[in-house]
Amino acid sequence: MRAPDTILPLELDRVGFAAGERALLDNISLRLEAGVRTVILGPNGAGKSLLLRLCHGLLTPSAGSVRWSGAAEGEPVRRRQAMVFQRPVLLRRSAVANVRYVLALRGVPWRRRGPLAMEALERFGLAPLAPRPARVLSGGEQQRLALARAWAAGPDVLFLDEPTSALDPAAALSVEMAVQEFHASGTKIVMTTHDLGQARRLADEVVFLSHGRLVEHAPAAEFFKGPKSAQARAFLAGELVC
Amino acid sequence: MSDLSQALSVALDLVLTLDPQMLGIVRLSVQVSGLAVLLAGLIGLPLGAVLALSAFPGRGAVVVMLNAFMGLPPVVVGLGVYLLLSRAGPLGEAGLLFTPTAMVMAQTLLVLPIVAALARQVVADLWEEYGEQLRSLGVSGVGRLVTLLWDGRFSLLTAILAGFGRAAAEVGAVMIVGGNIKGVTRTMTTTIALETSKGDLPLAMGLGLILIALVTLVNAGVFLMGQWARRRMG
Repeated sequence: MRAPDTILPLELDRVGFAAGERALLDNISLRLEAGVRTVILGPNGAGKSLLLRLCHGLLTPSAGSVRWSGAAEGEPVRRRQAMVFQRPVLLRRSAVANVRYVLALRGVPWRRRGPLAMEALERFGLAPLAPRPARVLSGGEQQRLALARAWAAGPDVLFLDEPTSALDPAAALSVEMAVQEFHASGTKIVMTTHDLGQARRLADEVVFLSHGRLVEHAPAAEFFKGPKSAQARAFLAGELVC
Repeated sequence: MSDLSQALSVALDLVLTLDPQMLGIVRLSVQVSGLAVLLAGLIGLPLGAVLALSAFPGRGAVVVMLNAFMGLPPVVVGLGVYLLLSRAGPLGEAGLLFTPTAMVMAQTLLVLPIVAALARQVVADLWEEYGEQLRSLGVSGVGRLVTLLWDGRFSLLTAILAGFGRAAAEVGAVMIVGGNIKGVTRTMTTTIALETSKGDLPLAMGLGLILIALVTLVNAGVFLMGQWARRRMG
């Protein structure tokens, strides 16, 4: 059971990010609400992963601010978020020990870690693999383990950065089901993908970026039926966006 | 030539009959170098990890120094510890010169840069891979250190054993601070140096064989463990 309070909504106010002279993200203002699955779309190099890292706090914006509106003053908001990366980074220990690691980090008492870790593994179909070393699992199993680890942390928000781009279709599907599981439990989903089919299946709303700028932020149905901008139309038509 | 082969057969005899004098020498060598490596590991592993994970002015210079000190000449370390422990030195009161304790101190100093520099490299490489994930999970500074040292455990053990190989094989430092006193501070390497200069080859050769066997055994252990770890842990 999650606490009813949440650190959402997330507000970005004129956020910019520059590497040296080059502006990689520019003037992005965005409000992400709880309960809605947000998918960030855009051509390669549009700044999707960068935006995700700025939201999560792995990077600090060079302009503007990222604010968790629901957070009380001084609350450790990082502990209420989780992120799943394109290539999962698992510790050199067993699958179940990887989940226990996060539980320990979140201050769960020693005696409750075992049952909670197994519950998280079971939820993502990993229970039989619990004692196996995490690093020798298949790509899809590793990604599901990364999701189970995120689940154990019980986040308000789950960020996913191209979580299926290195996986075969069956493994990708199991990751999508896992994402739905998070959504159903009330966790806010923010993910990037370059798979438009996946975006159609998962998105409630779309954030469309191009060249580091926010071009559209619209409900998914609206975006896929009739994108307002020329860039988004070209992107959906599978053309090169220049 | 016949002198040499005769010496070799006496040497083999000493080894095979487990000559007590020789065993005593081997035991002291292993104890001194083992203890030195243990201490160097206790200090060097956290030190290397801290160097890999922290940023402070002058960090680059420290890393260069550490890497340079990996090749520290044992006689120079021996001289330094000698000066420290000699009657007139700052630690002269303790009366440690020409004791096994002094030898452990010297070898610890000799091995410490190796362990710390290799640990720094291992932890820095792991941080490349783990950094974003650990920051995402909200792992604190000490937590990062412990996590990375544990995940680098197999590579780090290699570093430790490399340190043991160097300590067991050096002669300069233990000679200077130990004094090569028979039955007290005489190690394999100092014995070999002494007996060779006296022209008494069998004991020197016997100990040489044991030393080579020991170092080979340690390296074989490292190799097998590395293979096992890669297969098992990925």
